[in-house]
Amino acid sequence: MAADSYDDVAKNKDSIPSLEVPPQDLYHAKSWWTKYIFCQDAKVIGIQYALTAVAIGMVGLVSSWLMRMQIAFPGVIPMEAGAYYQLVTMHGMIMVVYLLTALFLGGFGNFLIPLMVGARDMVFPYVNMVSFWVFFLAVIILAASYFVPGGPTGAGWTLYPPQAITSGTPGGDGLGIVLMLVSLAVFVIGFTMGGLNYVITILQARTRGMTLMRLPLTVWGIFTATVLALFAFPALFVAGIMMTLDNMLGTSFFMPAIVEFGERLTYDGGSPILFQHLFWFFGHPEVYIVALPAFGIVSDLISVHARKNIFGYRMMVWAIVVIGALSFIVWAHHMYVAGMNPWFGFFFATTTLIIAVPTAIKVYNWVLTLWRGNIKLTIPMLFAIAFIITFVNGGLTGLFLGNVAVDVPLSDTYFVVAHFHMVMGIAPVLVILGSIYHWFPLITGRFLNERLGRIHFWVTFIGSYSIYFPMHYLGFMGVTRRYFEVFEGDNFTYSIIGINQFITVAALITGAVQFLFFYNIIVSSKFGKKAGKNPWKACSLEWQTPDVPPTHGNFGKDLPVVYRWAYDYSVPGADKDYITQDTPPSAVANAKAEQT
Amino acid sequence: MIVAILVILVTLGSVAFHMWSPWWWSEIASNWVGMDDTIILTFWITGAVFVAIGLFMAYCIWKYKYNKDKRADYEPENSKLEWALTIITTIGVIALLAPGLIVWKNFVTVPKGAYEIEVVGQQWYWMYRLPGKDGVLGTTDIKNINDDNPFGLNTDDPHSVDDILIDADDLHILKDQTLKLNLRALDVLHDFYVPQFRAKMDMVPGMITYYWFTPIKTGTFEILCAEYCGTGHYSMLGYVIVDEEEDYNEWLSEQMTFEETLASNGKSDLIKIALNKKNDL
Ligand code: HEM
Ligand SMILES: [Cu+2]
Ligand SMILES: [Cu+2]
Repeated sequence: MAADSYDDVAKNKDSIPSLEVPPQDLYHAKSWWTKYIFCQDAKVIGIQYALTAVAIGMVGLVSSWLMRMQIAFPGVIPMEAGAYYQLVTMHGMIMVVYLLTALFLGGFGNFLIPLMVGARDMVFPYVNMVSFWVFFLAVIILAASYFVPGGPTGAGWTLYPPQAITSGTPGGDGLGIVLMLVSLAVFVIGFTMGGLNYVITILQARTRGMTLMRLPLTVWGIFTATVLALFAFPALFVAGIMMTLDNMLGTSFFMPAIVEFGERLTYDGGSPILFQHLFWFFGHPEVYIVALPAFGIVSDLISVHARKNIFGYRMMVWAIVVIGALSFIVWAHHMYVAGMNPWFGFFFATTTLIIAVPTAIKVYNWVLTLWRGNIKLTIPMLFAIAFIITFVNGGLTGLFLGNVAVDVPLSDTYFVVAHFHMVMGIAPVLVILGSIYHWFPLITGRFLNERLGRIHFWVTFIGSYSIYFPMHYLGFMGVTRRYFEVFEGDNFTYSIIGINQFITVAALITGAVQFLFFYNIIVSSKFGKKAGKNPWKACSLEWQTPDVPPTHGNFGKDLPVVYRWAYDYSVPGADKDYITQDTPPSAVANAKAEQT
Repeated sequence: MIVAILVILVTLGSVAFHMWSPWWWSEIASNWVGMDDTIILTFWITGAVFVAIGLFMAYCIWKYKYNKDKRADYEPENSKLEWALTIITTIGVIALLAPGLIVWKNFVTVPKGAYEIEVVGQQWYWMYRLPGKDGVLGTTDIKNINDDNPFGLNTDDPHSVDDILIDADDLHILKDQTLKLNLRALDVLHDFYVPQFRAKMDMVPGMITYYWFTPIKTGTFEILCAEYCGTGHYSMLGYVIVDEEEDYNEWLSEQMTFEETLASNGKSDLIKIALNKKNDL
């Protein structure tokens, strides 16, 4: 550094800071096992994470079909109440933790971080490999709980004690709940290994010239989400350990003196609400662990396909960071009617509604990126648009539930189910689907089939919107959630049978069309149209690798050098409508780029 | 073009659904009109934002469709616009939060003189207790619970003996009488929720939670347990019947006190201490 004074830098536009990080030695696979199974290449690990997450996610999807059948057409698939609650529980937990968290951080994080920051790999490739296998073990333990006597736990994904470990709940007095808690603990361990890797890679292994404020928002989203996860998961971890102790050794962390079915249990003095605090101290940031990567990725999709820089990049970065920080002081909005001191309501309602401001800024900036853009309605762009609509809808209903007095009638009704599915179920899934269409050419060198893709998009978007939009109104009417039999309440204003059947049919169709998508993936990876290099004409580094798909070590002999931010689209004076991040200023001398 | 139209359809379709939805809250039967008002206000504000964003996006999709001879605008930032939007949003948020917090303040401030009764939840049914002639609920302890004493009343508390115990899923209450519900659970979490009263609160074993309301309409209203409590959660139902004075008193006269229940089982000696103390009061 010493030689280049600031003056030199200013005079010579192509000058870049010198190398700070020594080149990384990569482990080169010596056998089939180390190449495909115990692989240390982050890209392969990312794919492994994604495939495992989607595989267990299928269990979650099929569970939702079965639940919807029971709700709308009871008896068609015979099922007892206990089984229904096991489905609800496993569905919720699988979707949130094992599908979305693992897919966004483990899957997208591994694949994209090193490529986007211009690194050869994660900083600790070996630990990264172990991280995946620990995650895999967690999934196996979770799956094993289906085969133990009594079956998996039916405690609801929130696992509230005392119910979670007593005999009135399926799996509560057997191995079901134990395996769930063990699986979560193992998941947290695996995640921590991966998470430290993502954070350190982003902080330490960026290529020359890649300042923090030049990172694509995808990286910012995944980075902040990972930091949140590293702080939040320990709360779940200790809560899980304490509940396991209550369950196995008879301690009373969460268990007060209770009489269950006429029998006095030996517990005394514990606090069920303590568990809820720990759970939601994890659980609320978890919402953002899923949402922030989606925010980041969708920003990049919109920018690339609208051929326009993301509007207000710095504001977008700050919004991500502020949302992440605030997400640690809003947890008790899930507990307004849980019996905690009601005066907490004032504090948590205020913090919760404050989060709406940076969140709204993100929405405005996405829409303003479209404004005066040059919008290509590619499939990733369609998914991005659908995401905005869905997310705005779900975000606005959050203003109902966050405003403590309004939450009182709505809490624990289908309004809540509709809200969280819109905002953290459907919205992130739409981003995932869009980004698979976007990055598939990078992963395989081929496009996904366009016709199938459009069918997939429209059915998924309209289908999922039809599932959840009407559901809010059932919640208004007071239809409570987690009901095995949804009955005609005497005082409901209108029958809910017809609408529930409509929702179920929509859910079955929406779910089924995902198999068309899988078919598309399998067929296109062999026979799809060849994509070539940088097919979307994107600026960010992952598209600038010498080989497509990128090989081990990502960037060939020399790491790229970065001269600008990731959003130089449609720069006035440039010949092309994009300038890649590794294009030196001297190569585009006429371009009038303002921000670099 | 098609995409823009569909975005408009989804946006306006949502509004249409909202206007014509037959699924809507049932008429309110308690004093919590403020909750309904805040919800309506929230609907107006959030609805306006939803429509504005949806339509604006449709406009952009239609107007700025890809054309290979054109270039997108180049404007990385526009701090004026960004600040303006931030400020408008903040105002909107305050407009929602302020009325909400006022309602909440009412909700957590129980009026003096509210009639205190107890609701007990256990897997998977409800029980109720009224204070009886002395107007005071006797103290309880979970350790006292047995077949003769399902509420776990302290047998040496003189306030216990005249408490009226209702070991059934249905509860009668008096129209226009402000109630404070003391909520207790014996085993796991439950939640006493009547959609028409709007209010709800979890019942937590090991502590007593509460909420208050005033019924303003006579009628029969269904109770739904609103906090998952195990396999029978969906069947944990019951009725609250809001009566005029006459019907209420008739119902009340048919209920038994703790003392009477024990006497009918021949267990009066269990509360001898309390009875003695009561005479001293
Ligand atoms: C086609 C897609 C989906 C359908 C049809 C569906 C359906 C359902 C149904 C019927 C319930 C039970 C509601 C209740 O009784 O309370 C439920 C609960 C839940 N779902 Fe989904 N779901 C879908 C996708 C997702 C996704 C992508 C997520 C990821 C966040 C998710 C997260 C949850 C959670 C956290 C619960 C709560 C579980 C509990 O009550 O313990 N779902 N879902
Ligand atoms: Cu939350
Ligand atoms: Cu219940």
